[in-house]
Amino acid sequence: MNEPAKLHIQGISKAYRGDGHEVVAIDGIDLGIRNREFATILGPSGCGKSTLLRIVAGLAKPTQGSVRLDGRTISGPGRDRGMVFQSYTLFPWLTVQQNIQFGLQLGGVSRPEQDKIAQQFVHRVGLRGFEHAYPKALSGGMKQRVAIARALANNPDVLLLDEPFGALDAQTRALMQELLTQVWEEFHKTILFVTHDVEEAIFLSDRVFVMTARPGRIKAEIDVPLERPRSYELKSSETFLRLKQQALDLIREEAIKATQYKDTD
Amino acid sequence: MSEPEQKTERASWTMRDFLSPREPIPASLYIALGVGSFAVLLALWAALTYSRLIDPLFLPTPGRVLQAGLDLFVEFDFTTDILNSTYRVMLGFLFAAILGVPIGLLMGTFKAAEALIEPIMGFIRYMPASAFIPLFILWLGIGDVEKVAIIFVGSFFQLVLMVAVVAKNVHKDMLETAYTLGARPVQVIRKVLLPASLPGILDTLRIIVGWAWTYIVVAELVASSSGIGYMIISAQRMLRTASIIFGILTIGMLGLITDYGFKWLHRKLFPWVE
Repeated sequence: MNEPAKLHIQGISKAYRGDGHEVVAIDGIDLGIRNREFATILGPSGCGKSTLLRIVAGLAKPTQGSVRLDGRTISGPGRDRGMVFQSYTLFPWLTVQQNIQFGLQLGGVSRPEQDKIAQQFVHRVGLRGFEHAYPKALSGGMKQRVAIARALANNPDVLLLDEPFGALDAQTRALMQELLTQVWEEFHKTILFVTHDVEEAIFLSDRVFVMTARPGRIKAEIDVPLERPRSYELKSSETFLRLKQQALDLIREEAIKATQYKDTD
Repeated sequence: MSEPEQKTERASWTMRDFLSPREPIPASLYIALGVGSFAVLLALWAALTYSRLIDPLFLPTPGRVLQAGLDLFVEFDFTTDILNSTYRVMLGFLFAAILGVPIGLLMGTFKAAEALIEPIMGFIRYMPASAFIPLFILWLGIGDVEKVAIIFVGSFFQLVLMVAVVAKNVHKDMLETAYTLGARPVQVIRKVLLPASLPGILDTLRIIVGWAWTYIVVAELVASSSGIGYMIISAQRMLRTASIIFGILTIGMLGLITDYGFKWLHRKLFPWVE
């Protein structure tokens, strides 16, 4: 545990000015994500977990605190932190392959090299034959596979995923989770994943950070000592169910608080 | 209007096919409905006029209008009028587009540009283009420049605001994704905002050119010596109702052709649009 954190989130708070009064979205969050770790932030809706991720991505500025990646303080978005959003963010005028190459092209990678890397990722996420299809021809799950491939192809230091499977149906979602673990076990990137789905969090992660309802704070940290490689059978194992129950209890309290908060909002 | 006609023609289609919101219908039916609506209008017109229910001085028969059209082309050099009008419309529209699209994009992209441009655009937009005619005659004379200027005023301000909305509607997640992939602001504009806005811009141009066609008549009704509008106002002095109607129909046809041209271009240029 003495290994220095790859991604260091230090005293992050974020307050919005809304309707004349100040709304505190997240309040004093400290997190250290280790190199090549799959870390997940689990929280009820509206707890500010996406805000935290956006701050790490450099897309939002914290009111207080700082984020450091490999010791360097983050001041804005950059290619060292790839991001996958919940909404479909593929560029509709580019084909699957062109989407995956987008970051490589910006980074000045040579054309043959771009093609090679894109091909590799097209295969890896199981989209062979769809290289030249436009996003409009893809299903929701396929679109998210392209989004993940696009972020990974850019070879970021950290991959940030903001409820990437939130809009998918349950079956597709389960398949995507398996795909993501496989891809992660292969590329072994440091991942910060955000979700409100308890099972998803336990299944994917090495560590799960449970957040409180607004204002978001870290309520608990759950280590997930499940063996890898992981497959869906794991979801019915005793350890998995015990961890899931533990997380469920924690998140339920917060979800109840969150609904009460919304009513008075 | 044409729906009852279609139902008798195609009994195999149930009401559900027509009444499901946004559900596609067979292509042949789509075309038939479009042609049908024209046919019904024409039939109504024919019925009212050939039966002499309406005085031909007010509304001549379709045959009379067609005859007047032939006369216009053969005796009154209507082709030149059409070309003159088309030239003015296209020139005014082109100027409006060349200036308006970049300004609209700026406005939709940068808050500072929006703050600077939007109030003045919103203000001028409500000034009717036709009210500028006396001023423009004073400033620019009665030649083509004045006509083109009217078209420009009628199109430009609307166009800027509509293009700004198009640019603003580009989803923010898409821009942010580009940033996390390493794009700089200039690259985000060039490689994301611009391509994402293009289909919407073309749609805007299609709508605006339609308005430009309506302004041309207003511009040509006053102090003009050629063009479709001029022909219409001359015909009025002679009480040649059939020529007036033929002139109006011609503009409708030209508008329709332009509209389909733009739609065709849209399909060719943006096969990726959902």
